[in-house]
Amino acid sequence: MVDVVQRAKALVVNPLKVSQPVGASLAFLGLARTMPLEHGARGCTAFNKLFFMRHFREPIALQTTAMDVATVVMGADENVVQALHTICAQHEPEVIGLITTGLTETQGADVPHSLKAFRTKYPEWSRVAIVPVSASDTLGCLETGYAQALRAIIEELAPVGGTHPAAVRPMQVNLLAPSMLTPGDIEALKVWVEAFGLVPVVLPDLADSLDGHLTAEGFSALTYGGTTREQLASLNQSVATLVIGRSLDAAADTLRARTDVPDFRFAHLTGLRACDDFTFTLARLAGKAVPPGIERQRAQLLDAMVDSQFALGAARVAVAADPDLLAMLCDTLVGQGTEVIVAVGAAASPVLAQLAAQTVMVGDLEDLERQARARQAHLIVTNSHGVDIAARLGCGLLRAGYPLNDLAGAQARQWVGYRGTRQLLFDLVNALTLSRPAKRPYHSKLRQIAEASPQPAEASPQPIIRLFPEERLES
Amino acid sequence: MNQSELQQLQIEPACAHDGKGKSGCARATPGATQGGCFFDGARNALLPVTDAAHIVHGPIGCAGSSWDGRGSRSSGPTLYRIGMTTDLADMDVIMGRGEKRLFHAIRRAVEQFRPAAVFVYVTCVPALHGDDVEAVTRDASQRWGVPVIPVDCAGFYGGKNLGNRYAGEVLLKHVIGTREPAALPMKVRAPFRRVHDVNLIGEWNVGGEFWSVAPIFDELGLRILCTLSGDARFAEIQTMHRARASMVVCSKAMLNVARALAERYDIPFFEGSFYGIENTSQAIRGFAALLADPDLVQRAERLIAHEEANAWAWTAPLRKRLRGKRALVFSGGHKSWSLVGAMQELGLKVVAAGTEKSTEEDKARIRALMGPKARMIANNDQTALLKTFLEYGADILVAGDRYIYPTLKARIPFLDVDHVRDIGYAGYAGAVELAQQLVTSIDNPVWQAVRQPAPWHAAGEAHTVAQATF
Repeated sequence: MVDVVQRAKALVVNPLKVSQPVGASLAFLGLARTMPLEHGARGCTAFNKLFFMRHFREPIALQTTAMDVATVVMGADENVVQALHTICAQHEPEVIGLITTGLTETQGADVPHSLKAFRTKYPEWSRVAIVPVSASDTLGCLETGYAQALRAIIEELAPVGGTHPAAVRPMQVNLLAPSMLTPGDIEALKVWVEAFGLVPVVLPDLADSLDGHLTAEGFSALTYGGTTREQLASLNQSVATLVIGRSLDAAADTLRARTDVPDFRFAHLTGLRACDDFTFTLARLAGKAVPPGIERQRAQLLDAMVDSQFALGAARVAVAADPDLLAMLCDTLVGQGTEVIVAVGAAASPVLAQLAAQTVMVGDLEDLERQARARQAHLIVTNSHGVDIAARLGCGLLRAGYPLNDLAGAQARQWVGYRGTRQLLFDLVNALTLSRPAKRPYHSKLRQIAEASPQPAEASPQPIIRLFPEERLES
Repeated sequence: MNQSELQQLQIEPACAHDGKGKSGCARATPGATQGGCFFDGARNALLPVTDAAHIVHGPIGCAGSSWDGRGSRSSGPTLYRIGMTTDLADMDVIMGRGEKRLFHAIRRAVEQFRPAAVFVYVTCVPALHGDDVEAVTRDASQRWGVPVIPVDCAGFYGGKNLGNRYAGEVLLKHVIGTREPAALPMKVRAPFRRVHDVNLIGEWNVGGEFWSVAPIFDELGLRILCTLSGDARFAEIQTMHRARASMVVCSKAMLNVARALAERYDIPFFEGSFYGIENTSQAIRGFAALLADPDLVQRAERLIAHEEANAWAWTAPLRKRLRGKRALVFSGGHKSWSLVGAMQELGLKVVAAGTEKSTEEDKARIRALMGPKARMIANNDQTALLKTFLEYGADILVAGDRYIYPTLKARIPFLDVDHVRDIGYAGYAGAVELAQQLVTSIDNPVWQAVRQPAPWHAAGEAHTVAQATF
């Protein structure tokens, strides 16, 4: 156990944290034919939509109740009713996620009441599932908002009670996927599970909706795929639930209480030990031997671990992310002998006290920068906001978390499983190698062949500003 | 801000659109709304002030997913790129600690970053809560001797345009006219008979695009006292009242600043654009006309002739490839007509233009450019927009970044003209870049490739595949 440092700062500088409504919306983006609806001013949604768009490079289904002065003062019941009706009438979704924001939580919006008003006024949309989630941005972070939404989805849409033994699908397993997994991770996870003949039901299935694929239909205002209502209704027919990420503990408790399906929980699926645990669990659930392909991937990982220990064993790394991802990165780094000089979490979580870092804190990217400078980090691992910080520190940057808005293929990146762990090790080594400063040569004055020691490059003369080269005109 | 102040803000006498139903300022429809809020607009307008600290007072929602999202470039200070927020937590709201937190936040920002000024953006939660930010900023200003400017911009006050305009009001009230311009450096006096001081209003230096235009001003002896607000310094904004002429570049919403400068300080202004070869020339002529300096007029015409000849020569091979191509331009406000002109001079046919945020005057300009039957699209619904595109047989969609991925999903070429892009299109050099980008987008071989079915799905192929397998 380490002491988690929590500084009471009046001014947050270079925020690491992303708000709960963003996380809650993300969970809904993994359900099929769905529209998350943020209950607040239109700016919340405009910002969040762009945030996702730049991260995933995809169109994003997201709407707003667009509150204005009158509705903030007089109550926004009518906005909610109107927004729900508009979305139903325009897009006929399967699911609408109704997500509160700091504004509506402060105002004291009565969402159940608004929802009731909608159901009374528009019985024709009774088949559209509406899942309310409380997600104030005065609490938590992206990870907690996502977890709350997942729990709400289970409470609204998972069946109550275990199924008849005859109806159990002996090879079906539920997978609760946390916000730290990319669509690429989830895709790999499905292949891993299927290798044992098991059939995964992933909740939420971002790999099906935000993996980036062109469809014959072209643009859709709703999600492009994801967990279907039918799949949700079959959650109680699975033989087991596999839960990834400690942030989903509450959601998993709810699912187990409702469906009586036993669960197996994993902090993350990166690193030899985590992969072995998961693989062994799958083998026992399926009653099958581990397939040779997976054995081969394990052997490849072992090789990569040996190869990368030179670089990683000597490195000092500073990490900042949401707690689950932070735990994954710390475990992997420490497992390679790396010194994690600081781990900064975006918000409080029980996970933080378990981290194997020298210093663990809840904070912002200013905290990361200060600690990394003070202890001369070779590499920082954080989201795309780390670019300027790494430049100021003169160290390497490996991008991880949200947002990754300057990285092509962020959605396809795979760091889970034996193969994914190997990729993470490669990525870490490459980031370190690319940023390593070259040793400065020493020029002896006594050396028999006198070479002019290279002078610092002269400041190149300011180019004369010309909009176009003159010679172009003649030609 | 109370209701009457908000209503006052919606009146803009210099705007031809004033009193005509205000479609540009229409109420948002719950469940079918695109676009940013009042806070978004206000911060966008002020964030490019590079040497100021910008503190977002509110919970993490307002800054967390949006800081460092502006494409404006700086030639010097980088303070504006540091994200700062009071990150209000539940207990701050419940216990009423917001004001205190803000006060200390300002102190931290001043001590740590030594900013030229501090802008404090008040967002929905503290506005609802009733934090007295005027008082906090006044006290902080006195205590630390740095201008601390309150920007009362709760998102629920309205849309982005109105927030933009409000930012202008804030500057007029607190900043403009609080300092006299510095004397000209000796060495630049020589080549010109006179140097004229001018303002640019609503130029954001997106992707550094204004740096392709700025040399022209130096060449002509026009000193830009202040660009509002691309690559601006706080001290420059303070001196805007001493300019001899202003140009409203992009944002109609900032017209209020130009009008107030005209009324209070007799500074004439005109509206123009740096998008397109002819628009750029017109903008230069606009200054020459307002400044009543015959020597300037002559030198401007010489420069225009030279630069235009260059730009036409450079775009010639590109224009050959663009001739007859059909573009749908969907960009709100001023940008819509200026881009229509910029496309047309490259030989494209603009089949329809978006007027979502355009004023009556913007629309009149579009009509003048595209003819009386010009198709204008006021609705910003993405599905409807793509339908119009197909209906008109367009070759490329030119729009802001929130349309990129819906368009690409439909396998349609796209050109990004949003304010966060990193390619500049301003000025003569920008026009060449624009032509180049249009050619690259429209002629890219991927469009052909992604529209083909897989060979085993092509008509008559099913049989062959089956045979080959067995």
